[in-house]
Amino acid sequence: MDIAASILAEAVRAGTPLMLATLGEIYCERSGVLNLGLDGVMTMGALAGFAVTWLTGSVWIGLAAAILVGGLFSLIHAFTSISLGVNQTVSGLALAMLGTGVSSLLGAKYVGQPLRDRLPILQIPVLSEIPLAGGFFCHDPVVYLGMILSILMWFILFKTRLGIIVRAVGEKPEAADAAGVNVYFVRYFCVFLGGVLGGLGGAYVTLSYTPGWREGVMMGRGWIALALTIFSLWNPLGSLIGAYLFGGVEVLQFHLQEYGVPASLLGALPYVSTIIVLVASSLGLLRKKLGAPAALGVPYRREG
Amino acid sequence: MEIRLERRPTVSRRINISVRILAILFSLPFIGLLFAAYGVNPVDAYLRIFTGGFGSPYGFSETIVKTLPIGLCAVGLTFAYKARVLNIGAEGQLIMGSIAATWVALYSGLPQSVITIIMLLAGFTIGALWALLPAVLKSELNINEVIVTLMMNYISLKLLDYAVTGPWRGLTQWGFPQTDPFPSYARFPVIGGTRIHYYTLALLLVSTLILYVLMKRTKIGYEIRIVGSNPEAAKYAGISVNRNILLVMLVSGGLAGIAGVGEAAGIHGRLIRGISPGYGYTAIIPAWLGGLDPLGTIVASFFISGLMVGSDAIQVSLRLPSSLVYVFNGVILLFIVSSEVLARYRILFKIGGRKIWI
Repeated sequence: MDIAASILAEAVRAGTPLMLATLGEIYCERSGVLNLGLDGVMTMGALAGFAVTWLTGSVWIGLAAAILVGGLFSLIHAFTSISLGVNQTVSGLALAMLGTGVSSLLGAKYVGQPLRDRLPILQIPVLSEIPLAGGFFCHDPVVYLGMILSILMWFILFKTRLGIIVRAVGEKPEAADAAGVNVYFVRYFCVFLGGVLGGLGGAYVTLSYTPGWREGVMMGRGWIALALTIFSLWNPLGSLIGAYLFGGVEVLQFHLQEYGVPASLLGALPYVSTIIVLVASSLGLLRKKLGAPAALGVPYRREG
Repeated sequence: MEIRLERRPTVSRRINISVRILAILFSLPFIGLLFAAYGVNPVDAYLRIFTGGFGSPYGFSETIVKTLPIGLCAVGLTFAYKARVLNIGAEGQLIMGSIAATWVALYSGLPQSVITIIMLLAGFTIGALWALLPAVLKSELNINEVIVTLMMNYISLKLLDYAVTGPWRGLTQWGFPQTDPFPSYARFPVIGGTRIHYYTLALLLVSTLILYVLMKRTKIGYEIRIVGSNPEAAKYAGISVNRNILLVMLVSGGLAGIAGVGEAAGIHGRLIRGISPGYGYTAIIPAWLGGLDPLGTIVASFFISGLMVGSDAIQVSLRLPSSLVYVFNGVILLFIVSSEVLARYRILFKIGGRKIWI
């Protein structure tokens, strides 16, 4: 593989956790629920994935555990924001703190432990030999799953009846309700899905990208994914671009170190980029007169 | 029997306070489950936490020491949250304040007589400026301030890291990531036998009172409450939403900056990598727990600081990780925000023909 392809491959790997989390958050926000707890959800998934892999010796069971834990953990937020109708920003923030705290409390004994099983690498014949673009086709199954999901989830959201229902619930919940849609159920489901993908994204960090568990392993990826959700204009295909772009920023950070730029300053690059991306997408939204789902963050209460 | 939620006609102060106490009482058993999962007896852990934080003169003074940064951040946050500006950036604003104080103390070459006041002014200014960017992005472009203030926190941590490992690394510190100590005239005096730096204590009390009066008795406070509760109405009433967003962010950022000056000049006497064990994040809890009222928030800050001191104590004796405090923060915040439903609604039980409200 040539150098350009291997750098691209690094960016794709770095972008995968962001992409999975962003995809989940897109569905969550499309249904009208803002889950600011994403970083906590990802961290819980990261620990569950690593710990269960360590205990069972199987990375597949680890991934399944991460998915389950991420989904269940985000149901806390579903309950407070959908059933109780509380301030979603504060509830999400509480979830983020809780996820960080609980995972480092329960994860203390796994710090420094080796990863006992690895995801297999599936080189796709012919495609992985293409100069540059080969960097997309030399990965483990989770990377491919992310790519497939972004297309599949785009298709479902914009081309199927299911997608119309999700979007209607996030834009005009009263109308959806009047048409016989169970608004609460759809929102619960989308928050759960967001948690599932957030957990999977988190587990990808500890099981593949930077194998191993330590406190602070998520490095704010959940918050970056929240920004990418806006950057993608709540479109799953957009998350593909945004996530790989940020994967590129992360890789750039390592390569610039070789030129003597201090690592601590380079470490700020993803966060500075996030703010720049937020500004750029807001300007874009303003110009195109686009916006977030109309009912985003607004609790729904059935009249009567 | 039928159970229904009904909106309370009025929300009294008594209900607000009792609901919050209830939230604390309910959150403790939940954290207890986690203690148990960790193999620690919850009752024993809580006893140690409360005696550690409040049970001895030393613990009590240490609780006040932590109330200084947490209280300064939290009181500022009440101001912002009242206007529904969710500044999560107190942590970064605090760090920037400590960086500013360090520059003044070690590199400004200012005369000894003015150094304290300049440190405080610089800390306030840099803290406020660090909050300015998220404020402008929110007011002008409607960008979510939670994400931006969090990113600013990460950036300030990296700057701090750069300062203490790079250009400002102390020559006398055996390579530790910290600066040289401040000269004695740039250190804040303490109450004898404790670590309570009383300049910061005085500033905490004064700023709490000022914010209390500002919030309850002035037009500024009135405008902020309207902007927070009903921005549409504010616009119709000719109140500038944008100006109020800037104001609350500058004030809360500035107070967090002063907290950072206090930590650098009053506690450590130098800039260190661990200048804040998450004070800025922890401060979010007392702001909500205190009902976004500066006086209530000071009381809540004292309580939360006590939990923190107690948690520090059991971290050593029961060998728990330092992240324990985030578990407390998360669970308590979750219960406070959920309990607001109980403050706003009452539960109606209809049994036969009788109605009972709770």
